[in-house]
Amino acid sequence: MRLLHVDDISLTIAELCYRAAVCLPEDMRHALKIAEDAEESPVGKSVLRSLLENADIALAEGLPICQDTGMAVVFADIGVEVLLEGGTLEQAVNRGIARGYKEGRLRKSVVAHPLERHNTGDNTPAVLHLRQIEGDRLRLAVAPKGFGSENMTRLFMLNPTAGEEAVVEAAVHAVDEAGANPCPPVVVGIGLGGTAELALEISKRALLRPLATPAASVAAGNLEKRILERINDLGIGPAGLGGRITALAVHLEEYPTHIAGLPMAVSISCHALRHAEAVL
Amino acid sequence: MSGERVIKLKTPLIPQAIADLHVGDTVLLSGIIHTARDAAHKRMLEALETGAMLPFPLRGEIIYYAGPSPAPPGRPIGSIGPTTSYRMDRFAPRLIEAGLRGMIGKGERSLEVAEACQRFGAVYLAAAGGAAALLARSVTSAGVVAYEDLGTEAVRRLEIEDMPLIVALDIHGGDIYRQGRERYRR
Ligand code: SF4
Repeated sequence: MRLLHVDDISLTIAELCYRAAVCLPEDMRHALKIAEDAEESPVGKSVLRSLLENADIALAEGLPICQDTGMAVVFADIGVEVLLEGGTLEQAVNRGIARGYKEGRLRKSVVAHPLERHNTGDNTPAVLHLRQIEGDRLRLAVAPKGFGSENMTRLFMLNPTAGEEAVVEAAVHAVDEAGANPCPPVVVGIGLGGTAELALEISKRALLRPLATPAASVAAGNLEKRILERINDLGIGPAGLGGRITALAVHLEEYPTHIAGLPMAVSISCHALRHAEAVL
Repeated sequence: MSGERVIKLKTPLIPQAIADLHVGDTVLLSGIIHTARDAAHKRMLEALETGAMLPFPLRGEIIYYAGPSPAPPGRPIGSIGPTTSYRMDRFAPRLIEAGLRGMIGKGERSLEVAEACQRFGAVYLAAAGGAAALLARSVTSAGVVAYEDLGTEAVRRLEIEDMPLIVALDIHGGDIYRQGRERYRR
């Protein structure tokens, strides 16, 4: 067994919050540069240039890339040989979020009750996804999710015999309907299979896959390519002002499902696809 | 971000200046604007209905749909990009009727908002969503003027200089989101 004090976890979470909010990951920056070259619309091109400039300014000045520093989604994979000291993982994560958002001057966007809507003042609670893994390590990923894109999430309970075509149509439909709202160019995460709630979780996790890394199977990869092409024919373009580059990537992940169903979830991330990871 | 024509614009907006704006024009906006988003809009509409004081007079005004991140020491404001505008569609026509002449945000608007723009002579300007650190550079001073309890959603008075925006809805019936999409759809 390996002892891990929750204070160390809190500190790491706080650092990850700041890093995620301020520092655009290199794969996203690279994808935006390629998009800037490829975009045909002059306005679209200039939007992409602004986004790259924005990422530079944010990093140089220690400012968040986007003012909406999101609700903090935390993925924690905990080794079976890890023994926590001083509290629960959930407490540790929330203490870290509170600290990271306060000291990092990140926006507090969480309300305590969905209808009463009083701001909690420290951006807690986080949304925590916990998984058990082998070994004695704790893997943490903080992925702040802005709600411009989160509001565009869609769940489709497709007919089990609907097939690939229906999957493509549903994905394209979701992005078409979202239009300019999720701040294109977007990255599209698709969860296919499982149950309704698992499909949604998988679609979120799919957004964490580094850009330009291949899908789990050739078939999934081909489907991703087909969907991406169709999305980029929609004409929505950067910032939704018209153009060729509406999505930078489509990530599709699968899971076994029931004979009577084909759940499909679509999570959309804006170009500010923020996530930061650490292993303790 | 820049479009076909670049126009320097000052607040408050006068009718001739608004009439001259066309979808796709780049606007470099200077002067005074106010921030308000969901919760502030709800309160402002309640104030309008009950005849209570508004946080600022609406005549000729521009509202920026935005909630900034906290300001670093020595700076007027933190990052401040636009929030999604459609959530304010249920309030905007009433505010336009009461004198509001400009809105800054991101994303498509409802037919009712577009009609109100044409009928009363108002304009909707798009800011690049997510370019929040860049947009913060246009803000030279900022202060909360109402609803402080709302935190980031409080109404702030901003002094801005050359904020880069694109005309998204004009008074001539133009809509950049619709037209842009049509032009590049395959
Ligand atoms: S969708 Fe993303 S980039 Fe756009 S405002 Fe929200 S967090 Fe920022």
